Amino acid sequence: MLAYIVRRLLYALPILIGVNLLTFALFFVVNTPDDMARMQLGVKRVTPEAIEKWKRERGYDKPLLINSSSSGLATLSETIFFEKSVRMFVGDFGRAEDGRDVAREIAARMGPSLAIALPTFILGLLVSITLALILAFFRASAFDFWGVVLCVAAMSISGLFYIIGGQYLISKIWRLVPISGFGDGLDAWRFLVLPVLIGVISGIGSSARWYRTIFLEEVNKDYVRTARAKGLPETIIFFRHILRNALIPILTGVVVVIPLLFMGSLLTESFFGIPGLGSYTIDAIHAQDFAVVRSMVFIGSLLYIAGLILTDLSYALVDPRIRFE
Amino acid sequence: MMGFEIVILWSDILIWLLVAASGGLAILIAKNPPLLAAWRRVGANRVGMAAATVLLAFIVVGLLDSVHYRLQLEGKPGTQPSYAIEVLSALDAMLTPLRTRNEKTYSEPFATRLFAKESIDLPGQGSIRDYPRLKHGGKHLGENEAAVAGDVTTTALRAAALALVAWLVLAALAARRVASGGSGWQKIWRGETDFAWNAVLISVAIMLLILVPLFSLAGQYHVFGTDKVGQDVLYQILKSIRTGLIIGLVTTLVMLPVAILLGMTAGYFGGWVDDLIQYLYTVLNSIPGVLLIAAAVLMMQVIIDTHPQWFSTVAERADLRLLALCFILGITSWTGLCRLLRGETLKLRELEYIQAAQAFGVANGRIIVRHILPNLMHIVIIALVMDFSGLVLAEAVLSYVGIGVDPSMTSFGTMINNARMELGREPVVWWSLAAAFSAMFVLVLAANLFADAVRDAFDPRAA
Repeated sequence: MLAYIVRRLLYALPILIGVNLLTFALFFVVNTPDDMARMQLGVKRVTPEAIEKWKRERGYDKPLLINSSSSGLATLSETIFFEKSVRMFVGDFGRAEDGRDVAREIAARMGPSLAIALPTFILGLLVSITLALILAFFRASAFDFWGVVLCVAAMSISGLFYIIGGQYLISKIWRLVPISGFGDGLDAWRFLVLPVLIGVISGIGSSARWYRTIFLEEVNKDYVRTARAKGLPETIIFFRHILRNALIPILTGVVVVIPLLFMGSLLTESFFGIPGLGSYTIDAIHAQDFAVVRSMVFIGSLLYIAGLILTDLSYALVDPRIRFE
Repeated sequence: MMGFEIVILWSDILIWLLVAASGGLAILIAKNPPLLAAWRRVGANRVGMAAATVLLAFIVVGLLDSVHYRLQLEGKPGTQPSYAIEVLSALDAMLTPLRTRNEKTYSEPFATRLFAKESIDLPGQGSIRDYPRLKHGGKHLGENEAAVAGDVTTTALRAAALALVAWLVLAALAARRVASGGSGWQKIWRGETDFAWNAVLISVAIMLLILVPLFSLAGQYHVFGTDKVGQDVLYQILKSIRTGLIIGLVTTLVMLPVAILLGMTAGYFGGWVDDLIQYLYTVLNSIPGVLLIAAAVLMMQVIIDTHPQWFSTVAERADLRLLALCFILGITSWTGLCRLLRGETLKLRELEYIQAAQAFGVANGRIIVRHILPNLMHIVIIALVMDFSGLVLAEAVLSYVGIGVDPSMTSFGTMINNARMELGREPVVWWSLAAAFSAMFVLVLAANLFADAVRDAFDPRAA
């Protein structure tokens, strides 16, 4: 198994390098640092000196790939590509526009992101699976039909509506919890209730419908027919046989997003003022902070690749037919 | 008669290209019995056809909004004609009253007065603070503002009666088409027709009963109120439809050729070609969508800001930005379809009829085009309709994040973004948000239901 994990990690490396090259091309080749400087400085203050100063402050004044004015290894290392892109592999993300270290900022903001994303993920999974199970149990009845219609309606509502509507109703009209903000330690629960609740509700429609189809695919399989032929009651068949087998595709399907929970949610965090990675990204986009966006792209793909590896492992763990060779 | 100059925006070209492509596809389908049978199944699906009727209404509005022109400015005769900077569309021309009758600021739906108190100078009595009378809302009533409720009811009822007559005519036409004589009505009513006429007619009835009164009232009132700068919200909703349709349809159109070409190549040839293409889409896929879009849009903004000389009007800049957004969304969303097509091609390649073709020495390109592509069409069609609703919803989110369409372009996203802070006001300004969310909900719900019908009809597994 260890050998398998190592091999998967080695497969992941070229992909990560590809992502790195892609972001480098996107951020430095499509637009030159001069363009970025002009954009950041605005029209009025654009002088060649100002652009030079802007580039020097951020280390963008070096050549892109090969520094011919240096010698030896420095021809490769004293370049934008090495200093801004390659160094990401060792966790050096450079500095944001406000001068803070991006890596440290990211480490500090993962906690709040996770505090929202993890409960939302677990609760959402429980609620959706339960709902899907009930719908599948009463399959082909009026209850099932209207349940699915409700699910389709729920997934047709914009995520923005759930957030705006929820904030308005629960925080402004009923005044149950604060509209936005974040607290330290256990006090934070008051701020977490609403975003988690809204996150769960806004996800129910699509996931419940999806899980229902997984359950229904399971219902027609041979082992279920055998169980019925044995004379087992329908409830036992459902909760002991179908539920267990259907959980395999459901759980292995969601494993991929688990590492991405660290990234938080852009919308939720910015609406609720949570100081997590999602709001960090949004602020960086608004401020056109290229260094931060670049780092988030890299970290996001890193986490996604981790999710893929976890998915493969989870398949192999829950399904004995898959071997590690 | 004022002169005008037709303006052809890039997105207009693409949208009419799309219309032409769907026409071509229809001819192709008519010649292909299995696909035709699948579309017949879609036509028999009641929910699907009701949704399609609603979608069609949205598409008509979007198409009307895709014929653009610029009015000629009045100048001295003999001089070179100059044209207004503002680009209008056929829809704008039809909605001229809605477009031009702007108030000063917020007003409630069906209001006759502004939403905020202002100082009003009364001749001879100094000034008082009161809600000023609207310039256009309920103007025909004059001083008799108490009559609004009665006036609205009578106008709505009269329009509803008109809608009913129009519907009866349409229904009679449909009945004659089903069967001559009185039996057509019966067949439709009992649902005995192959095509779901009853669902279509019922949804047409509902739409007529809502839309005809709405638009006849829109002549005198602001039925959905006005926004911060006094613009009619109904007008903005209608203008948003085109943006939503373009995002939902053009994006798929852009990514479709890439996904089909790469997916089929990877699946058919295998080997290092397959490895390369798989590597490409794994890399693109592993960057979380929003972040890749954000990065690409930021870079696009830099290009647009540093090259202002490329665009002669604001509309052109907004249009190009919209298209760039479609391309970026397309780049981030082709991977899923590509993987599906690769897998299916891999399966098809091993089938006997393909091996027979290979044994006969048919060229690879010909096998791919003639024998594999037609058997992938169901996946492509399902992907096309399934992606639409997600893209429309994504536009709103992206515009909120600040990486969506140009702020000068009306869209559901920009409307929601502008109206978002209004819920914090006392008293609440709710109509902009409510109208934008409702319109988007109807569009996306119709698209989702239609997509389900198409998937049920085309997916061999579902049968």
